[in-house]
Amino acid sequence: MEYLAQIVFILIVAVATYILVRRIRMIRKGILLGKDVKINDHKKDRWRNMLLIAFGQKKMFKRPIPAVLHLFLYGGFLIINIEVLEFVVDGFTGAHRAFTPYFGHVYPWMMNIFEFLAVAVLISCVIFLVRRNLLRVKRFHAYEMTQWPKLDANLILIIEITLMLAILTMNAADQHLQIRSPEHYPASGKLFFSSLLMPLFENMSTGSLIVVERTAWWFHIVGILGFAIYITYSKHLHIFMAFPNTYYSALSPQGQMKNMDAVTNEVNMMLGIQTEAVAAPPSEEIGRFGAKDVNDLTWKNLMDAYSCTECGRCTSECPANITGKLLSPRKIMMDTRDRAEEVVKNMGSGGKGLEDGKSLLHDYITKEEINACTSCQACVEACPVNINPLEIIYELKRYVAMEESGSPASWNSMFQNIETNFAPWKFAPTDRFNWANDLKAEKAEK
Amino acid sequence: MSENTYKVPTMAEMAASGESPEILFWVGCAGSYDDRYKNVTKAFVKILNTVGVSFAVLGPEETCTGDPARRAGNEFLFQMQAVSNIQVMNGYNIKKVVTACPHCFNTIKNEYPALGGHYEVIHHSAFLQQLINEGRVKLKGGGEFKGRKITYHDSCYLGRANNIYEAPRQVLEALDAELVEMKRCRTKGFCCGAGGGQMFKDAEPGKKEVNVERTEEALSTGADTIAVACPFCMTMMSDGVKNKEKEGEVKVKDLAELIEEGLRG
Repeated sequence: MEYLAQIVFILIVAVATYILVRRIRMIRKGILLGKDVKINDHKKDRWRNMLLIAFGQKKMFKRPIPAVLHLFLYGGFLIINIEVLEFVVDGFTGAHRAFTPYFGHVYPWMMNIFEFLAVAVLISCVIFLVRRNLLRVKRFHAYEMTQWPKLDANLILIIEITLMLAILTMNAADQHLQIRSPEHYPASGKLFFSSLLMPLFENMSTGSLIVVERTAWWFHIVGILGFAIYITYSKHLHIFMAFPNTYYSALSPQGQMKNMDAVTNEVNMMLGIQTEAVAAPPSEEIGRFGAKDVNDLTWKNLMDAYSCTECGRCTSECPANITGKLLSPRKIMMDTRDRAEEVVKNMGSGGKGLEDGKSLLHDYITKEEINACTSCQACVEACPVNINPLEIIYELKRYVAMEESGSPASWNSMFQNIETNFAPWKFAPTDRFNWANDLKAEKAEK
Repeated sequence: MSENTYKVPTMAEMAASGESPEILFWVGCAGSYDDRYKNVTKAFVKILNTVGVSFAVLGPEETCTGDPARRAGNEFLFQMQAVSNIQVMNGYNIKKVVTACPHCFNTIKNEYPALGGHYEVIHHSAFLQQLINEGRVKLKGGGEFKGRKITYHDSCYLGRANNIYEAPRQVLEALDAELVEMKRCRTKGFCCGAGGGQMFKDAEPGKKEVNVERTEEALSTGADTIAVACPFCMTMMSDGVKNKEKEGEVKVKDLAELIEEGLRG
């Protein structure tokens, strides 16, 4: 019986780890549905981006109020993990507050900092819940933010609030126990925030206090493990994905579109231009032009999708969305992830995977959405974790134009004008230089 | 007398006489055909003439960069255009390109290198800023702009695409006018609605036109001049001003036109 708690703890950790590893494998599989591209140049710049944008939250501070609240959550998450480490050590060894002997006078300081962060997290989460549900911030109420995405956002905040409450409850009960039986409960020193809760437990028997303290302890640690698994199903995955995603994000100017080398080979052949690429035998079969489904995108596009936390900064700055068009860059990312997850799930259960008769284009994202894009890059600029919705839109447009010939009629006329008149408008190429005629006749100013 | 008229030499003429100009002025389709934007082309050429910059144009040899085709998804057409333009430019051994169109600028600067076209590409806003800084453009400062409010509308393909936010503003400041900013400016600049091939099609169904939304914002600054640095922005903002029936009070002007007016004093 003496080791029962430890055995239960080890079992819970083992089960949680097993589930987590399986979930991580599923996510990896989802990302790797994408086409292979090599991204390993300019490592120094990439590390810098990751440090500034993911670790340093640089782009969050374009909107200062949510940035500060988010910083509390982020700081709380990073630093409170040190306390969770003590929980884990206690859980495995059966000790209570195993770090007290090693940290001495620093221990109460540490605990007070953790409690401060716990309270900051708690308050931030409450403010976020109010903002999201009562203040009607527009970006949280778009048409793609109903049902699961809406519930997901609220669940995350509620789970974080309860986890923080558990820490404070545990510490309050523990401080009573430290007074009543100091031989079992090492002194943590006075903990400012939880001591405010102590009057609540004053009249409890020691036995009840032990129950309260243990319940809060188990609730917190099991809650954290459960939350870790939950995150893999949730938009909250950004807490991990933000780091690789900023590392692998493009370093080229935002206006630069990726060249399609497969097309270059064909164009060079048509124009009779000899290049090394043409001389070399075709390396692999050319897939589709552009993207119809998730496997036509690159793994980086799919990593973008798994990194999206649906904050909607992209959509709130999209000129098409602001003026009432169907396009929402956030929805592009959500659809991409949903489709990738559907394919992986389907493959896992022996289904047809990508051949299920559905595709990202048409079944998830419509032409009306992508045709509304002005390619202004406001979405790319706005994303705090460097997601690029525009690249996916471009790839879908390429598929529509080159594989389906399904572009809007006026675009087809524009294509035709360029082909025949070398200008997007229907003007005679011989008139191109006419603008200079009056100028050549005009008397020049000195 | 030919002495006193503006010169618009072509690369072909230059090559025939064994000369090579310092810059190629890439005019672009809007600059060549669009009635409103031809005025900008002429203003810029006048500045080049007045300052004495050695330049040439491709004239009838210039064709669409392919940008609208590429943004609309037609990569084949884009590359056909790009590769033939690059052949022409490389044939003349061109090193430096200046253009008044941010879309041409972005394409030639960022997207032609992958297809074998490597040039130093400068947008006319940055080029004008250079000329002003070097003292080669001397504004007469007849006080025409003094005290007038000008607002600058950021072009997406200069701003977010290529991080050019300050050059156009410095050009405007040289005019001695009062530069007033819209709330959505620089990295948060609101698109005119014409990018990504939208110039060549009707907008998708919505509750408002993008250019009207932007024009309302520009008008709310109280500026009497909306300065632009892109042919598409020029069209969209001019249409917006017309839509709001303000064309009597508010003018939409390109940077080159404003500087050319400033030169005349």
